[in-house]
Amino acid sequence: MFETFYPQLIGLCTGALLLTSALMVWRHSLLASIRLLALQGVALAALVAVIGIAEGESELVLVSLLILSVKGVGLPWVLAHQSKASIKQIQESPRLNPTAALLAVTLLTILSYVVVSRVFGLGDSETGHAAPIGLAMVLIGFLLLISRRRARSQLIGFLLLDNGIATIAFLTSGGVPILLEFAVSLDVLLVVLILHVFAGRMRTKFGGTAVDQLRELHD
Amino acid sequence: MSFVLWIPLVGPLAVAGLSLLLRGSALRRFVGVAASSAVLVSGLLLVSAVLNGDVPESGGGMLRADALSAYMLTVVGAVGLISTWGGLSSAASSRTKDAAGYEALIALFLAAMSLAVLADSIGLMWAAVEATTIATAFLVGHHRTRRSLEAAWKYVILGSVGVAIALLGIVLIYAASVGTDTPTLSWVLLSQSTRGLDPALITAGGALAVLGFATKSGLAPMHSWLPDAHSQAPAPVSGLMSGVLLSVALYAILRIQSITNLVIGPEFLRTMLSIGGLLSLLVAASLLIRQRDYKRMLAYSSIEHMGLMAIGVAIGPAALPSVLLYILGHGLIKATLFVISGRILKVEGTPVISDVRALLVRRPGLAVPWLIAMAAIVGFPPFSIFFSEVGIIMAGWSVGLGGVVGAALVLLLVIFAAFTRLTVQMTIGAPADGAAFTPDYSTHGPRLPIILALATTASIAFVAEPVGTLLLQATAVLGGTN
Repeated sequence: MFETFYPQLIGLCTGALLLTSALMVWRHSLLASIRLLALQGVALAALVAVIGIAEGESELVLVSLLILSVKGVGLPWVLAHQSKASIKQIQESPRLNPTAALLAVTLLTILSYVVVSRVFGLGDSETGHAAPIGLAMVLIGFLLLISRRRARSQLIGFLLLDNGIATIAFLTSGGVPILLEFAVSLDVLLVVLILHVFAGRMRTKFGGTAVDQLRELHD
Repeated sequence: MSFVLWIPLVGPLAVAGLSLLLRGSALRRFVGVAASSAVLVSGLLLVSAVLNGDVPESGGGMLRADALSAYMLTVVGAVGLISTWGGLSSAASSRTKDAAGYEALIALFLAAMSLAVLADSIGLMWAAVEATTIATAFLVGHHRTRRSLEAAWKYVILGSVGVAIALLGIVLIYAASVGTDTPTLSWVLLSQSTRGLDPALITAGGALAVLGFATKSGLAPMHSWLPDAHSQAPAPVSGLMSGVLLSVALYAILRIQSITNLVIGPEFLRTMLSIGGLLSLLVAASLLIRQRDYKRMLAYSSIEHMGLMAIGVAIGPAALPSVLLYILGHGLIKATLFVISGRILKVEGTPVISDVRALLVRRPGLAVPWLIAMAAIVGFPPFSIFFSEVGIIMAGWSVGLGGVVGAALVLLLVIFAAFTRLTVQMTIGAPADGAAFTPDYSTHGPRLPIILALATTASIAFVAEPVGTLLLQATAVLGGTN
């Protein structure tokens, strides 16, 4: 029973991952991006659970719960942790217009399929076929990091990048050892907390969080 | 001996906790010194164990000290001691609330670096390198000015993205090992020659991992965070980051390189590291010529030295003993320079080179050690940096990388000229307007750490036993026979 659904479930989860990444590029409101990030965390946790059940590894189910709590709930909560009224007003004015950005997303996705099939070969497994999605997410994360002006939007780009790496890890090798998974989650959580504090300090010092203002130090 | 492996991890953590508990006590200012002493002592103990042919392991093989790890741990401890002791804060300022967090973070930073060099799993090594970014984030932003905030933001974003790329590489290396009998991230197992790892995955993984760790070790073109972070952080933190954190990232590159060398040969990473190294030298040379800020000058000097070390790593086993000696010499001297630069900044109140004139006449207590350390950093003998640079260049000629080391030599000469000009501008000459002054012979801080650092660097290159033996053993660990 499960075997027949397995490829479809993998496709569904990775499809959700790619869709949320593309939508993050499209939407300019910070609140929408954070909600998409939460959704993506849930999709990633589901993907890990599906792989875990298929391979009969209880450890992976545990990891999926960890991911659900950190990426699905914890990180979005930290990011959205200011008054709802003020966060709703935050609109990003990115360097790329939406059409160009979505075109770039398409090109990056095609590029990652080409790279993965050329370099590694796609293999026979369902997970191997889906691996390019992870690389596409990493590249889209870079796109967000480069094209966004606000501190918190850049942070979302960083988290997308991290989700992409996790996706690659689970699709190519069924995840890294669980101890490392814990360490990675903790590290990412702390980095986000630190950047969140800095973004807050930036608002009080510079009167805004546009990263463009950071240009006092140069040669 | 295996319990010694835990001292550099648990010791700093314990004193970090103590720093938070000791409310308003002046003892708190010794937290950094205590933590680095713990690291240094355990490093020396492990070195002696390694020289006796022992390889201490602990935690089920999670922590491991071969010759290279033991040597790096000693360097972390030694540079840490010079930075924290030299930059000891006054008793009054160590009573504030900020100081507790500051000292605790320094101790955490030292523990993270120790874990990075002692971990056998490259995954754990990665986590520890990322932890150094976390520990230093608030240290860079410690002054809470606009400039330090800007530096800290750039540092954390670029540092974490770079290290995330390294994680992607490590994930691919792990994927390569899943194809064999035992999936592992253990460096010892991965660097056994008979494993049959997938070359395509190892190539991609190795390239990404080296690219990521190169960001953290300040190699061009991923260096742009470094001058900002190192110039805005408090002096002891700059000393630690410049002197030893960059080298810890280089150590990670060495470990990754020894895995890829076995599977795909040395050529691929050799090209990558040579380009990175030469670019770093070029960036440092072009920005040092017109440099106006002496802390930024020191930061660019770190990019220069890391560039030359990367070229040494690219050359391979023939240059590795020189590179390892370089790591120690550069660490000690750079920590000394940052400590003195912090004192100059405090008494002169300006980081601008052209505003600090005639230091040798006005403040000989600061100018004399500054001049000696400057001579050491540009590579005058008898300081060990000279011998390391000569060793790397000779090794480059011998393995047929004459073009690369030739170009490096030309850039080194430009950097030498730029440094000499800037240093002369700061120290030599008469005070403006012939204003009356009394020469200030005070060193404005502990004198002993500076003397120790300079004396060690001046003499270490002449100590064949046990230093030479240790360096050769460390090179052998990485698969080189020299």
